[in-house]
Amino acid sequence: MRHIISVLLENEAGALSRVAGLFSARGYNIESLTVAPTEDATLSRMTIVTSGSDDIIEQINKQLNKLIDVVKVVDLSEGDHIERELMLVKVRAVGKDREEMKRLADIFRGRIIDVTDKDYTIELTGPGSKLDAFLKAIDPTAILETVRTGASGIGRGDRVLKV
Amino acid sequence: MSGFKIMQLSGAEIVVRCLQEEGIEHVFGYPGGAVLFLYDELFKQDKVKHVLVRHEQAAVHAADAYARSTDKVGVALVTSGPGVTNAITGIATAYMDSIPMVILAGQVPTHAIGEDAFQECDTVGITRPCVKHNFLVKDVKDLALTIKKAFYIAATGRPGPVVVDIPKDLTTHKTDFVYPKTVSMRSYNPVVKGHAGQIKKAVKLLLEAKRPMIYTGGGVILGNASAELAQFVRMIGFPCTNTLMGLGGFPATDKHFLGMLGMHGTYEANMAMQHCDVLLAVGARFDDRVIGNPKHFSEQPRKIVHIDIDPASISKRVKVDVPVVGNVRDVLKELIRQLVAARGGPDKEALKAWWKQIELWRGRDCLKYDHSSAIIKPQFVVEKLYEITKGDAYITSDVGQHQMWAAQFYKFDKPRRWINSGGLGTMGVGLPYAMGVQMAHPKATVACVTGEASIQMCIQELSTCKQYRLPVKLVNLNNRYMGMVRQWQEFFHGNRYAESYMDALPDFVKLAESYGHVGMRIDKPADVEPALKEAFSRKKDLVFLDFITDQTENVFPMVPGGKGLSEMILV
Repeated sequence: MRHIISVLLENEAGALSRVAGLFSARGYNIESLTVAPTEDATLSRMTIVTSGSDDIIEQINKQLNKLIDVVKVVDLSEGDHIERELMLVKVRAVGKDREEMKRLADIFRGRIIDVTDKDYTIELTGPGSKLDAFLKAIDPTAILETVRTGASGIGRGDRVLKV
Repeated sequence: MSGFKIMQLSGAEIVVRCLQEEGIEHVFGYPGGAVLFLYDELFKQDKVKHVLVRHEQAAVHAADAYARSTDKVGVALVTSGPGVTNAITGIATAYMDSIPMVILAGQVPTHAIGEDAFQECDTVGITRPCVKHNFLVKDVKDLALTIKKAFYIAATGRPGPVVVDIPKDLTTHKTDFVYPKTVSMRSYNPVVKGHAGQIKKAVKLLLEAKRPMIYTGGGVILGNASAELAQFVRMIGFPCTNTLMGLGGFPATDKHFLGMLGMHGTYEANMAMQHCDVLLAVGARFDDRVIGNPKHFSEQPRKIVHIDIDPASISKRVKVDVPVVGNVRDVLKELIRQLVAARGGPDKEALKAWWKQIELWRGRDCLKYDHSSAIIKPQFVVEKLYEITKGDAYITSDVGQHQMWAAQFYKFDKPRRWINSGGLGTMGVGLPYAMGVQMAHPKATVACVTGEASIQMCIQELSTCKQYRLPVKLVNLNNRYMGMVRQWQEFFHGNRYAESYMDALPDFVKLAESYGHVGMRIDKPADVEPALKEAFSRKKDLVFLDFITDQTENVFPMVPGGKGLSEMILV
């Protein structure tokens, strides 16, 4: 099953490689991983999307907690949470496709953030499934380039991850 | 500053002062460019003694054994680049067996890091998968606190090696020196006390058991819980087995002891483990060499209580019913307290029937071997070693058949007497381990049970032994084969002995003599005892005893890889 795990860790050099190394050494999956400092600059927050059986997920949680730099671990998928991912897509936009592309971006609440006479760069935010849906909706031959951040997640309501 | 005298010291001085403050008496190491200022400071004082090895791997092994045999943190010091890469095997060995160690590594100067400088390697990167934690110190101001943290992390919780990487320029930079008395880290708070409610559940399960079993590992040794374990086992009257790492955690001569379990465990220990209905696991981790195939193990229904300081060790390979996270000694104390408080003891009738069954298994005499052989049997040598040292020596070993025979035939009644590489299975540890133990216990009898293949992996340390007059006794069970490899090839590879024959062996007697030691070759069973007696009477000499043993002897019982515990090959 797919799990989205939030990790608060010391904002130290090498902390990211400890997490990445743990996943590769123990053969766990990483679907995506995002990390950046929090409002407290001594802490980073990481969101890891992974998948595995309940036993594996339990081990992932325990092994993450065992890392010395890790302060807190929460499996967001255990409760209500929100996920967002950012995607930038560069698409060919010439002739009649130009208008169609603009329309589709609007439908998905995307924004065109760069324009040339041949292409658009569209910014889209949402759960990963919405980004997938957009890519399916447009003509695949029109896609020049995509870049995605991977999911960031946060608990709903009073589910707060803080030191 | 109010009342405090703060001194400006160089990084090198700070490192040495930190070691002094930690009460470190011995550092095992090897000098090199990046650590020259450190060595200069070591040279100027005599509180911290440096032991010069002949290869960095041996420095780490020796410091590791020092820690295993004393419960102090072992310290090794190596230079950058190859100093570190040579140390890796030692670090990984300590990591797999959770040994508290601090490894100080030199690094190229800060400005040269990342430039592929001479003797540069990414120490933090290369050691990361085999340490509990590591640090690269980038500012001399952080040095003292980092070293304090390193010792704290190494020794607390589930122990392990910690590497501190120190760039050369930092060792000359000066700063105020204050060694922190304590350290606290928001990200590291190991659990100590077990949950009382969980312990209550455990007691209830244990008292309901019809066929109980106690299985303990290295955690009992590392957690200094053997007295509590013995008290508990004798109170409750259950059978007890130890893993390879746990030997000495429970007295081997006690009637409740069933011997070691696992791949080369006794018939009675493995059968009782497989057929018990309630299992108490203490400081052990159900690894593949201990329970064999976990699927086969789990087919037999049983309830499991698992006490361990590391939550990640619980329900990792085998699903556990009652997990208790905590320091094994504290948990065992609470277990004893609750057991005394609980009304009624275990089911006496059921326990009697269970012991009767166990005695039947024990009656198989699974460790029997041919006593009338005209060729020296390796088991016989270990039995005689046990007799002559009165069971009171520190025994180190390497990895292979000789290690298993030592584990099976030397009865360890005390913890920290059996020093071997269980997790990583590192050939070559035996001699440096013996050095580390002898350094820590100068008056003790220290013997290394080894084989002609393993001993050659760190043979250069005979020179270190000469320099420091370490009178260790090397018991070489020389069968001219990598015995365990040969055994697997005999059993599972159609007697095709691919590259397991040790051709061109050195004359070990002459080799020992060339290093200034005493060498003896023994090739008749009748000479085994006199030779051992003579060797151990030479209190000041290192004696290399080269026993020419039976080439075809195998270690029994054996649970083949991937098989279940009760599927043993018996002699």
